Amino acid sequence: MLSAQSLAAIDREVAKYPADQKRSAVMGALRIALVERREAGKTPEERCLNTEVIEFVANYLQIPPVAAYEVATFYNMYDMKPVGQYKITVCTNLPCALSGGVNAAEYISKKLGIAIGETSADGKYTLLEGECMGACGDAPVLLVNNHKMCSFMTPEAIDKKLAELN
Amino acid sequence: MAVFVNGVIFDGIDTSAQDCWKLEAYVARGGYQALRRIIESKMAQEDVIAEVKNSGLRGRGGAGFPTGLKWSFMPRSFPGDKYVVCNTDEGEPGTFKDRDILRFNPHALIEGMIIAGYAMGTKAGYNYIHGEIFEEYELFEAALDEARQAGFLGNNILGSDFSFDLFAHHGYGAYICGEETALLESLEGKKGQPRFKPPFPASFGLYGKPTTINNTESFASVPFIIRDGAAKFLEAGKPNNGGTKLFSVSGHVNRPGNYEIPLGTPFSVLLEMAGGMRDGKKLKAVIPGGSSAPILPGDVMMQCTMDYDSIAKAGSMLGSGAVIVMNEDVCMVKALERLAYFYHEESCGQCTPCREGTGWLYKVIHRIAQGEGRPGDLELLDSVGNNMAGRTICALADAAVFPVRSFTKHFRNEFEYLIEHKKPLVDHKWC
Repeated sequence: MLSAQSLAAIDREVAKYPADQKRSAVMGALRIALVERREAGKTPEERCLNTEVIEFVANYLQIPPVAAYEVATFYNMYDMKPVGQYKITVCTNLPCALSGGVNAAEYISKKLGIAIGETSADGKYTLLEGECMGACGDAPVLLVNNHKMCSFMTPEAIDKKLAELN
Repeated sequence: MAVFVNGVIFDGIDTSAQDCWKLEAYVARGGYQALRRIIESKMAQEDVIAEVKNSGLRGRGGAGFPTGLKWSFMPRSFPGDKYVVCNTDEGEPGTFKDRDILRFNPHALIEGMIIAGYAMGTKAGYNYIHGEIFEEYELFEAALDEARQAGFLGNNILGSDFSFDLFAHHGYGAYICGEETALLESLEGKKGQPRFKPPFPASFGLYGKPTTINNTESFASVPFIIRDGAAKFLEAGKPNNGGTKLFSVSGHVNRPGNYEIPLGTPFSVLLEMAGGMRDGKKLKAVIPGGSSAPILPGDVMMQCTMDYDSIAKAGSMLGSGAVIVMNEDVCMVKALERLAYFYHEESCGQCTPCREGTGWLYKVIHRIAQGEGRPGDLELLDSVGNNMAGRTICALADAAVFPVRSFTKHFRNEFEYLIEHKKPLVDHKWC
């Protein structure tokens, strides 16, 4: 279900922990599975985690499927719902709001024509509001697909970023 | 943006240089000398711990607990596995210092953790890194590889009989994992829900083994303390508040960023370093230690010095050193509404008073902010808060209640006005 490359990456995660503690690698393994699905998926439904892939990860780590499922649903960066090709998460928490975080979210929402929490009709973008990313000094900040942080996202910087993604 | 005055952690770093994080650059700045000296002189474990104690270093994650004392709680002679764990799960709104340590000086953290491992007789350590900073996680892994190749990590470090390895664990979006026992649960591959204490991690930590957990900045201060001496570190701050501290300044200032300054520096000086108030607006309020710390009015803050004792005396806490600055255009009801939403969103759901209480706090503050507040709502907030604080397994409930109590205390007139007149006293602008 996962590529040889993903499995090798999961093995590297497993090697970080004591031999009898493979469960510790479940967070990394689910992240790796999610990245593969995002990159390979053609539709929003194919880009998120589902019970089959979670069960596969659980079996691979020899832990009960529910143990992997509860991790996937507890941590909010695992996409459990259909998601666009580019998931944009804007921090609107207080320190960011004081430096334009809320304005940035509104600007993107207007520009893409989708409300916060929505995915564009073409399946290209999902816009989310996020909690603290630990980069308040760089506000406004946003994350693209969980892993790419973009700092100082003024309207001009947002225009540039969206053009790049396009 | 990062400015450093008499920096301990950022001493001599040119953060604009792309390779400043690399091992070679760190060694050129005097890095790994402390570890080398400990190993070559076969320094006794208790002497390392004594040096950290004498430095006056207090935990930089928020609680301010003396680091050396914490280390002394570890059962060093316990024959089985023991762990040192670093908490880089930095998600307290306003705090962004540890990200800069990982970006610009990861080897200071690595060396600090190796020294901690040596002092406490542990063979392995983990650094738990905040989910949202994936690029820093990858960079930290690259730094670990460098340290391994140079013989600072792994078996028989620098030819001695001391072996220690260190790994990075990447979180995936849960504020609660900054709580140390939730972090341990998460490291074990479970939901990050805090554990009952006692037992404390020093006796029952990761995988049930003795474990010491410190903040990134605390570990990263250790090489300086060993290399330059406890006295020099202590002198850099003020009595009972040893060393310099990273302050993350955000909000309505001209130059948001991290400032490493001696503990005891007046707030007015820090504000000036951060470029003063943006657009020349008037200072209204400051949250001096991250979103969980009680807010203080601007004029009170201007009388404070930035150290644990002065901020505590003024009725707040230094916390993680996250300084959130607000100008006169901020409606305090709106500001509190946003924080209340955060705690509601991030409650792990384990304890009923917190799971339900954070939701009620948000709902009541939200309706006040919408101009739909009811007479008695401020008393209701008090009542809900009193049934949350101190009644749960961890401090998240308390962290949610502190801002509510302090905002409604210092800016009560804004809440009362909105409830009575259905419109805000302040024409709110975020920025």
